[in-house]
Amino acid sequence: MAWTGKILRVNLTAGTCTAEPLNQEWAQTYLGQRGLATKYLVEEVDASVDALGPDNKLIMATGPLTGTMASTGGRYSVVTKSPLTGCVACSNSGGFIGAEIKFAGWDMIIFEGRSPKPVYLYLVNDQAKLLSADEVWGTSVWHTDEWLHNRHQDPMLRVAAVGRSAEAGCLYSGIVNDLHRAAGRSGVGTVMASMNLKAVAVRGTLGVGNIKDPAAFMGAVNAGKKVLADNAVTGQGLPTYGTQVLMNVINEIGALPTRNMKEVQFEGADKVSGEAMHEPRKSDGKPNLTTNAGCFGCTIACGRISTIDQGHFSVAHKPEYWGNSGGLEYEAAWALGPDTGVDDLDALTYANFLCNEDGYDPISFGSTVAAAMELFKQGRITTEHTGGMELTFGSAEVLTWAAEAVATGEGFGKDLGLGSKRLCEKYGMPELSMTVKGQEFPAYDPRGIQGMGLAYATSNRGACHLRGYTVASEVLGIPVKTDPLATEGKADLVKAFQDATAAVDSSGLCLFTTFAWSLEDIAPQVDGACAGEWSAERLNELGERVWNMERDFNLRAGITAADDTLPKRLLKEAANIGPAKGRVNDLGKMLPEYYALRGWSTDGVPTDATRTRLGLD
Amino acid sequence: MQRSLLIDANKCTGCVQCELACSYEQEGVFNPAKSRIRIFTFHQEGRFVPYTCTQCAEAWCLQACPVDAIGYDAATGAKIINDAACVGCKVCTIACPFGTVNYNSDTGKVIKCDLCGGDPACAKACPTAAITYVEADQTGYDKMRAWAGRTDTGNTATA
Repeated sequence: MAWTGKILRVNLTAGTCTAEPLNQEWAQTYLGQRGLATKYLVEEVDASVDALGPDNKLIMATGPLTGTMASTGGRYSVVTKSPLTGCVACSNSGGFIGAEIKFAGWDMIIFEGRSPKPVYLYLVNDQAKLLSADEVWGTSVWHTDEWLHNRHQDPMLRVAAVGRSAEAGCLYSGIVNDLHRAAGRSGVGTVMASMNLKAVAVRGTLGVGNIKDPAAFMGAVNAGKKVLADNAVTGQGLPTYGTQVLMNVINEIGALPTRNMKEVQFEGADKVSGEAMHEPRKSDGKPNLTTNAGCFGCTIACGRISTIDQGHFSVAHKPEYWGNSGGLEYEAAWALGPDTGVDDLDALTYANFLCNEDGYDPISFGSTVAAAMELFKQGRITTEHTGGMELTFGSAEVLTWAAEAVATGEGFGKDLGLGSKRLCEKYGMPELSMTVKGQEFPAYDPRGIQGMGLAYATSNRGACHLRGYTVASEVLGIPVKTDPLATEGKADLVKAFQDATAAVDSSGLCLFTTFAWSLEDIAPQVDGACAGEWSAERLNELGERVWNMERDFNLRAGITAADDTLPKRLLKEAANIGPAKGRVNDLGKMLPEYYALRGWSTDGVPTDATRTRLGLD
Repeated sequence: MQRSLLIDANKCTGCVQCELACSYEQEGVFNPAKSRIRIFTFHQEGRFVPYTCTQCAEAWCLQACPVDAIGYDAATGAKIINDAACVGCKVCTIACPFGTVNYNSDTGKVIKCDLCGGDPACAKACPTAAITYVEADQTGYDKMRAWAGRTDTGNTATA
């Protein structure tokens, strides 16, 4: 129960849409969303396939709590093999389309094959059709969204689409839904575009009604909502400042990676912070931030709705960007700002709008621009490559020019679309790429937050903050404060966060609830809604199972323990300033302990005993 | 004492908890498409606006109904559809100036807010108090209080 029990299989080669029953045994073992979709992927796709070839598949999956009244219960995940990392890709998004898929009667949609011509999936309850997307191929997400609403004369239609960047092969393109929410990381949009699938447009009017124990469920939901409301982070910090509440905090502890992660504090952090977004502008007296916004069912509402100063050089003659849209969140603000050295809030907001408009990951984009700036400084990239643009750190003009170039994939945008790893290889300085397994870092320097180094190195999708957010403990003291500069106990901490996160990501709920909730708060909600008995222990074990299943896929894809590492800069070049001054990340002290805790061999392979314990084949 | 739903769109985040609570209370299913309250998003302006029936005293819907299927709950002031009598002619949906009566093609009847018998689920579910259930005769008091707070009386407190 809470699952619809139905999967939609879309074969793009044949142009068919077929309903299938959900594998209920797997639902009991992998729950939904990240876990369940990954189970389908590993069963159906050979880990060695070309991510952009016809044998890869792309799965859009809801969780059992998606579409319910559980706070934040609107999440969906996109699971596929990543063209950026070669690992399993699992990108999670909020907004409203996840719930809409559920309301239309589906737990997940599996896309396979490749359409001979551009198409979109039009899904209204049990009616699924592939329709021509010729008219919108080569246009942005925003244009496609508007075109679909007009074409179907349906303002309630929910749309997820890829933009021009994905069509042009940018390796970190995402799938944008509801105009400014995104399954953003690891190039899931690039895979979607490679299938000639432009968009998914959904209307669901069936709702979610099959709750196992309605009274118990509503009791747990209301208790959970109260915990979120009473918590300082989820009840006050996130609604007021969004995730951008972190900009000044992380800068102060000397863990704000700056100028391609060479430095750990940014002198302009306060100009691009959550607080700055509230400051009235000189030009029109309005702040950058118009309001906060909630995704489906979310009682936190960390989302930012912002405008750009109409007089700013980036939009002065472009009234189409004068309205409100999705504003800066911390990771995006960091990558576009401190990592490129740019402290112009309007330029960052404009670049962020473009990331949404044409569907590319602002974290990977900003980090790649930062790498390009360092390559320029080193003389490897020159104005001959860029068509005359001087890629200097701190230039807002360079940032906005680069964002426009990646949006279309034209000119130097093609190179920037390669991502940091391939760009640095192409220009002969691979050591300047700040990536793990080919994916760019988010906004926490592992020299100043030691546990994050281990979390990055072992993340199953490459460098990522959403796989084991030990920042919660090391900086914010959630659930208990640990010393960010210590390595002791971090292996245990990372494993605990990774497993719990995998469970949350499989439920339909947002990870941000875990600033206030533990699995003890989540289990009663899952148990109230879903068939079976669901305890925190069971969810935790499920998370560990998912983690090992992802690891297995990556091992079969040719990723090894040698890839569980960090760029030399973070292991050898000490932090230059701040509380972490003189420190590198001591990954070597944590990694062997982590492997042992995981029940893996010294070369990072799950042992037979571990597989048996978790019920993995 | 009668109470009314009071909506302050400025506090709304667009999370649709109200729609989920309404549809669950009314239909036993989480389904915004069946909610009597709806949130409308104005993306360019960055606005979210919840909208539902205001329970007009002289209700157009009630007066337009040719089969007297819309009744009046004297305790709550709600105008309530009698499903047994409703023939699904939709005249009330035309008569309502605000569009808050709508047809449900699954049942062949119309649906509208009935204030959940005096304990509206939407107000309880709203996390930001954008929807509250207050005394019907005092719906303006919060705004009055806010404006009153700006009044300079010329007094200064002395210790």
